[in-house]
Parts: sequence; structure tokens; C-alpha cells
Amino acid sequence: MTQNLRVKSSEFIDETNRISFKFDGKTYYGFKGDTLASALIANNIHLVGRSFKYHRPRGIMTSGSEEPNAIVQVNPNSNITEPNARATEIEIYEGLEASSQNCWPSVNFDIGGINNFLAPLFPAGFYYKTFMWPKSFWEKYEFFIRHSAGLGKSPNTRDPDIYDHRNIHCDVLVVGAGISGILAAKNAAKNNFKTLLLDEKNELGGSTIFEANEDNKINHNSASEWLKKEINELKNIKNLEIKTRTSVAAYHQYNYLLARENLTDHLVKKDKKNKIRQRLLKIRAKKVILATGALERPLIFNNNDRPGIMLSSAIKKYSNFYGVACGTKNIFFTNNDSAYESALSLHNKGIKVEAIIDIRENSDAKIIKKINDAGIKIYWAHTIVDTRGYKRLSGVSIMKLSNDGTSVTGSKISISCDCLGIAGGWTPAVHLYTQSGSKLTFDENRKIFIPKTDTKEQISVGSCGGDFELDEIITNLNYKLKNFLNINKTDFEGITLENDHETSKRNIWLLPSDQTIGKTKPFVDYQNDATAKDIKLALREGFRSIEHVKRYTTTGMGTDQGKLGNMHALGIIADTAGVKMGELGTTTFRPPYTPLTFGTIVGRNVGEFFDTFRRTPMNDWHIKNKAEFENVGQWKRSWYYPKEDETMHQAVQRESKAARQSAGILDASTLGKIDIQGSDASEFLNRVYTNAWSKLAIGKCRYGLMLNEDGMVYDDGVTTRLGENHYIMTTTTGGAANVLGKLEDYLQTEWPELDVYLTSVTDHFATASLCGPNSKKILNKIIPDLDLSDDNFPHMSFKEVLIDKIKCRIMRISFTGELSYEINAPASYGEAIWQKCIEAGKEFNITPYGTETMHLLRAEKGFIIVGQDTDGTMTPIDLQMDWIVSKKKYDFIGKRSLYRSDTMKEDRKQLVGLLTEDPNIVLEEGAQIVSELNQKPVEMLGHVTSSYFSPNLNKSIALAVVKDGKSMMGRKLFIPMENKNISVTVSNTVFYDEKNERLNA
Amino acid sequence: MFLINCPYCGERDQQEFKAGGEAHIERPKQPTELSDDEWAEYLFMRKNIKGVQFERWNHAHGCRKWFNMARDTSNDEIKAIYKMGEKPPTQ
Ligand SMILES: [Zn+2]
Repeated sequence: MTQNLRVKSSEFIDETNRISFKFDGKTYYGFKGDTLASALIANNIHLVGRSFKYHRPRGIMTSGSEEPNAIVQVNPNSNITEPNARATEIEIYEGLEASSQNCWPSVNFDIGGINNFLAPLFPAGFYYKTFMWPKSFWEKYEFFIRHSAGLGKSPNTRDPDIYDHRNIHCDVLVVGAGISGILAAKNAAKNNFKTLLLDEKNELGGSTIFEANEDNKINHNSASEWLKKEINELKNIKNLEIKTRTSVAAYHQYNYLLARENLTDHLVKKDKKNKIRQRLLKIRAKKVILATGALERPLIFNNNDRPGIMLSSAIKKYSNFYGVACGTKNIFFTNNDSAYESALSLHNKGIKVEAIIDIRENSDAKIIKKINDAGIKIYWAHTIVDTRGYKRLSGVSIMKLSNDGTSVTGSKISISCDCLGIAGGWTPAVHLYTQSGSKLTFDENRKIFIPKTDTKEQISVGSCGGDFELDEIITNLNYKLKNFLNINKTDFEGITLENDHETSKRNIWLLPSDQTIGKTKPFVDYQNDATAKDIKLALREGFRSIEHVKRYTTTGMGTDQGKLGNMHALGIIADTAGVKMGELGTTTFRPPYTPLTFGTIVGRNVGEFFDTFRRTPMNDWHIKNKAEFENVGQWKRSWYYPKEDETMHQAVQRESKAARQSAGILDASTLGKIDIQGSDASEFLNRVYTNAWSKLAIGKCRYGLMLNEDGMVYDDGVTTRLGENHYIMTTTTGGAANVLGKLEDYLQTEWPELDVYLTSVTDHFATASLCGPNSKKILNKIIPDLDLSDDNFPHMSFKEVLIDKIKCRIMRISFTGELSYEINAPASYGEAIWQKCIEAGKEFNITPYGTETMHLLRAEKGFIIVGQDTDGTMTPIDLQMDWIVSKKKYDFIGKRSLYRSDTMKEDRKQLVGLLTEDPNIVLEEGAQIVSELNQKPVEMLGHVTSSYFSPNLNKSIALAVVKDGKSMMGRKLFIPMENKNISVTVSNTVFYDEKNERLNA
Repeated sequence: MFLINCPYCGERDQQEFKAGGEAHIERPKQPTELSDDEWAEYLFMRKNIKGVQFERWNHAHGCRKWFNMARDTSNDEIKAIYKMGEKPPTQ
């Protein structure tokens, strides 16, 4: 079976460097410079995969990134295997292993192939129609779909490769290094523009570099020879950076482009080691020149998908660039002159071309004579009506086309062949152009979408701009470049150009067959198995918008995004619906142009670099003392401090008891702190908090609640008046940045007349919160000079003191209900002050506690946590915190909203306490609450927001939001859980020390 | 990704900025005088037009200043950038 189809040494292939690789477990050989596709074809392997829906055998179809069929799994036996790689883009290296995808047990015998014979059961919208009914069957269908469909397998361990990001700023970015891109980049750089030239291939020169068309001449030399000299000169040009193997994935607004530079995929394993695999280039270019070329179109006819059926241009590239014959008996099928070039290329290399089938009546191109001289038979005005061969093409049947092109006449001619080149014309690669937001226009005569306008910042040159013939390309490029770069002359102005011109055109989107369409399989999207029949069915069923037809038939929704067949889909829709293609518009091309690995997208931002961690100044002490940590925003906070083999529950119970019975200490450094100064600081606080601030005396603290303008609770915290025009505000840990942002917003945009300055000082202070009946004694040991009497230092007041000459702020405030002091020290002394508290507290068994105990202690007191007991739908009234809403103040943020009809409703969800009938049952936070158990549908009254087992009360306690909860005191409600219903009683939110006696204990 | 010309810092990448919704909606000076409907108009109703839209932007990872932008939402062209308190440009 293995056969060598290498026909002629190629200058692009290093035949001295033989490379072995494995495909589907078998070893093959190729040469340095081969892609996996060219090496497989050289070994006469075309069958490389199965189609998605019908599991039809599929072969290599193209030679580039538009490949729909040859999608392979790289390193299939490794747990870092990579799916969905295009064989046409993989450069082979010693040790490469790849396998077919989407087939089981093997590409040659595929069980799913039975779908092919069941095809009448798989029409457009099949998945929508079938698997949606009956609903209960979905799980069974899903099992079936998942096992028989699927595009490759994903890796199951962490990607070990290194990826990188780089920012690039340039004057001119040129995308595509074909003849247009090279001339554009060269002239830009020569005129002192800092220029970057990118191409997805590993070689420069595009398709010109390997064309063997004697009719295309520049300065009386072949165009490819002339271009080689131009490429050679690039080396000596300053200001020009060239990156090959670099594919532009996205083109965003303001000339911001993302490109993937592939650095090591083509290297052998040992050379890959410790190197960056791929780099994401983030490019901001002043000007962008798109020279992305054109993609050859297939032709849509019955059974146009057999292995061995390829794009005509790909066959030419395999022969001219890789020196590989795609078949031993070749046929071309075309609607334009370009297939004749491919045919002649093969013929000149001694590869047999049986015939050319042309749907046109004739062509007066010069190349026709050469084809005739070569003795290749041309069938004018014929079309292929069917093809033969299951795993490899073995022949075609052709018939004469009717004059209007909608039917076939005469008798059927059968021709045997093992390779068919199809040439349906060219589609400008406008994907990046449209991604940038620019609009297309439809050229009715040539049946192509082309860029509508060039701008000061962007032009499209060469075939992506709609210029296909050499003289047209070069002349327009010269004109466009001069305007775009504002230069007088290019270095290629005045070169002599000779080339043939195509004058005869005929386009038929869906070629007729002698069979009715229902009996044919004309594939439009090869990867997703969408046929012209499916598109027509969608239209019959009433779909009109191109975007809807696309989704219903899955046309253009594969990994290739329908690069080959989208135009035909549009054409068939236009023909069937009787509208003009220009009016139909086109589907949106979305980034990425070709798929990107996640590794490239995230770059270095993995593992510990995924997000910023913030740690408090006391962090080292917490680690030394075996704290478990929890993430709060970006902060790592001490969660609890387990002793020996304590569970979390045991540790929290112990910590909670200690804090109430003797002394506890909490690291509260993460609370947001905003320094507020200015002559209008008091007025400012009046406007942002619900309560009044003007009368707060210097040295006093006050709790404040901040609302959104919609009246819902936004944040809370204690603010201290440090001086006449000086306050320090604390916010919740998670809300700090947003609160600062909101305050700045109001100051700058609504109240610019206020004299207020805000500074975030969260990181400037470390905060140790001492709590419990013995906290006063401990503080007294640390600062013996300070009078801690309730007269001198009462609850909700502040003192500035020196501890070991370190200036500290102490607030006597409490979030636990116990006597409590918060010591704020400069951050760099945080650990020292903390240590001092621990030392002084030893005799009182001072117990460090974490966030979990803090939450429990505050829940015992019914203090809310914004974001846990509130969710952006709770007003202060809903929280039973009416006491903090000033009735006297004329206005504050959110005040008016508290008087809206909805917020004033009596039966809104309100915060209440819940006590379980069985005091040992702890409710689940988030559990739903109902009043009736046997009612259907049952009304959800609310949910549990906080729930703990209180060691100080020796029972379970919970906070919950319940519809009309305020009026339900003492009522019995139920929490239905998976296995049981829990009975609860609605209670007050304060469970412990309702009279606040412990604050002064 | 836009390139935004902060009136205080100059041209910077969009990722330094935060969008802040529709511009020129002034907070009523006397909210309590407003009917529920009038207050709702201020609080909830925002335009979402295809064409030139006036927006608030904040240079959050820069000078932290708020400013206004006139942006054509159909093609993302930034027509004008002007400081808070300044009148929107007439086209
Ligand atoms: Zn700025």
C-alpha cells in the first residue's frame, strides 16, 4: 500500500534530512520542510479522518489553515495530547505522533460510518428536532451523541509548556507575506516606518514563490524568481521585523491585533525543552496593511467530499512546493483559468493529468493552447454529476450542462482517476478586515465580497482586496501604498509586468446532477456535514436570515468556521430565495481566525500568577501558627487556627468561646480604609451615609450604612473623626475598591463643589482587633499610661497613642458584642504590635481567631455582613435597621428610593432570625424557606443567609430573609431538604446579649 | 480594544479604563420633590442607541479622573472626549 509519490526534488524541502513520524500508530518517512499533510500524501495516504455527522471517509483537502478535514490528534498517547490540529499546518519533526480523530475503532473501519447509510434520517436541524422529544429521553440521546461524535480528546493533565505575551507597538503592521505583503513591508520600512511583517507559514512568498507560471513575468523574469530576490533584500532593511509561523487571530478596534507566534511546535522534543512554545503578540499598530490573500473555493456537486478530492491550488502547492504528487491519475474540475496552471504544473513534472472539466463554454486564455499541446482533454460546459470510491476516489461521471446551468443533458461519461482538483474561483480572505469593524461590498460580477473602503489607518492589498491578476495587484499596490504611507515613489514603480487575463466567467453555486437533489450529497461544509440539500430544507422550513440558516444547518460552525463553503451557502440561499447576494449580507467572522490554545491566551498568568494575592503584615505569624486561610477578594485571610487534630468545627467552637470568656485576637488588616480630609468632609459623609455625621465629636466613632441610589444596602463600616476636617472610614474587605470608586465618582461628577480629598490607606495600616472581657487588661499591660476607664475611653471612641514609640490609632469598637479594641499600627510594625498583644495576653489565654469565628460571633449578635445577609435587594428597612436611617436629613444617596412604592411595601423579604426546633440541627446557608409542606406549587418565602452552631448559646442559630418576616415573629416555618423537612421558628435577629451589657463588661 | 485619549494623561489602552454608563444624567437636586415616575426616569432609564452615544469613562488604572466620551456605537469611533462639566460637542 505504501508508495512513494515524491516526484521531483523541491528547493523548499531538504531531502538530505529524512524524518520519521507516526500516523495512526504506523511509522512513515518525510523530509525536513514537509507538513504532516504533504508527508502523508507522499506516502499515498489521503484518508485521514471521518466527518462529524455521517462519519464519511475524508481526505486532505487543502494546504493551509482553511483545512476542514485533516484534523488530527497530536501525541495521541500522551496525557498532554492536543486535539484539532490541522495536518496541513503541522511541520513534521523526528518523533512526531499523530492520529485521526472522530473515528472508532479506526479510520479505515468506523462504526459511525453507518450514519452515512442512515443519512435520510439526519436532515438539517436533526438534533433540534429529534433529541428534544420526548424530553425525558435526552440523557440517553446525550450518551449516544457524546460517544459517536466528538472532535478529538482533550488533554487530562496540566499543560507543561511555557507561553508568553509580548506587547508590540509599530508604525506599520503588514499581515501576510505574499508578493503584496513583502513589497508593502519593504517600502514601509525603507521609508522609515517601524514595520512588522507577519505570516502564518514558515516561508515567505505566499503562492507566488512556488508558482511555475511562465506567463507571469516581472522585468522579463519569472515572477517567482523576481520575488526571491526581493525577499533576499529584506535582510538588509532596518526598521523591519519579520515573524513567520505567526498567525493573526484577532483584529480589534483601533488597530489592536492579537497574533500567535509559534516558536517550538516544529522542533524535536529535546529542542522544545525549556523554551517558550507560543507567544501571544499584542500589537497596537498606527497603520495596518492587510495582505491576507485569497482562499480557493471548492465546487459544490454530488459526492464532492471523497478522499482524493482536493482544491486545485493545493494540488499545485503539493507538487511545486513539496515535490509531491497527490495522485497518479489526476482530473481537474473548474470554472476558471487557474486550474489549467495547476494541470500544467503537474504535466511538466511528469504527473499524469487525464482531463480538465470546465463548466464554461470556452476560454481564450493563452494557457489553453499549452494544455491542448500537452494532449490533455478538456470537457467544455460539462459538470461532474457523481464520484466513485469510498475510501479513495476512483472515478467521476460527467455530463453536459444545460445552457442555463440548472440541469444536465446528453449521455454520462465516466472517467477513472485517483485525484480530483476542484477550482471554484477565489474568495478574498476578508476575515480580519471585517473583524476590525469595516464593512464589505458585494461585487456582483465577480461574485466576491471585497473591502468597501480603505482608511487612513488600514488598507487591503493584493487578492484580499479583490486584485487577482499580477498586473492588477502590482499597479494597485503601488498606488495604494503611496497614498497610505504618503510617499512619492515605491521601489517597484515602473517594473514591467506580463500576464494573462481571464475573460471568461461562469459561476454556478450548486452544480446540477442527473439525480434529484434529495438523492445527492453536495457538501457545502465538509467538517459539519452540511449539504446544499440541508440549506434548501432550512429555507423551505421558513428560515430566512443567513445567521439562522447557519445555526440551523451548522454550516460554517466547525473549527474551520466554514472558510471554504460559506460563499456557496450564501449563493445557494440567494438562488433559492430569489434574492441578490449583496442584499443577503454575510455571516459575521469572529475571532480567532484560527483556533488558539488556552495556554497562549493566558500566557504567564497561570498558577500563583493567575491573580494577585494580598497578604497582611501578620501573615508570617499566621502561617507559623498553623492558620488555615480563606480567600476574601484578593486577600488571604486567616480562617481558623486548628490545634493538633482539631476539625474546623472544633476549632471555631473553641475560638468562639475563648473570645467571649476571656480574650481573642483577630487580624482585621484587610478592612478597607479611606482617609477623608477637607473642609466639607462632614457634609460629604452626611450625603453618602444614611445617618447624620455633622454632630460627631472629634475622637468619636460611628457605624455607617451606605446605600446605592436605588436604596439597597451597598457597604457598611465604622468611620472615626480624627480632627475637625479629618475622618478615617472603614469599609468591608471586599467592597474597599468599589466604595472608593463610588465616592470619587460622586465627588467628581455630582458634587465637584465639595472640598474633600480621598486617599486609600488600606495597605498603610495593620489592624489587630482585641476582644473579650480581658481585652482591657491586656491593653493596659501594653499601654500602661493610657486611662482605659469608660469615662476617658468609652465605647465608640478613639485614642492616638505611642506603643514603643510607634504611633498607633486605637478604636474602641466592637463587631462581636464584647468589649473590644482595634489597634491600628503602621503596616511595617503590624507583626510587632500583634506579637506584643499575644505576649501580653498569654496569662489570659488570648486566642487568635479567624474569619469563621468572627462570622459566628457577629451572627450571635445579629450583625449583618454585607454581601452575605444582603444581596443588592435589601434596604435598611428590610434589614430591620430603621434606626440608622435619618429622617431629618434632606437627602443622602438612596434616600428617595426608600420612598418608592415598591421599597415601602410591608411584605418585602426581611431579615429575621431562625431557631431550629431541634437545637442541634444547623441549617444550610442558601436553603429555601416555606410555610406549607403539602402545597404545590409551594411558595418560596426566602432563604437562609447565615447559619452556625453557637457554642455560647449551645444551640443552632440562623439569619434568613423571609417574605413579610417582620410580622412572623414566633411563627413556625419549614426548610425542606433532600431527605427531611426541618422545622424552624422565626425569631429576633439578636440571639446574644440583647441589652449590649457585655460591651462594658 | 479602544485607544482612549484621557484628557489628563493622553492616549492609553482601554484596559486602563472603566466605562460608567450614559453621560449627562444629572442627579436631581431635590429628589424628594420628584414623583416615583420622575425618580425612576433618573434612576433606571438609559439610552442604548445605534449611533453617537455620550458616555462616562473613568481612568481607573491611571489618574482616576472621570470624563465624557462621544462614541459611535455602530463602529466604535470615538468622536470626542471632554471633561466633566463641559458641554457635549455639537456635530
Ligand atoms: Zn488619566
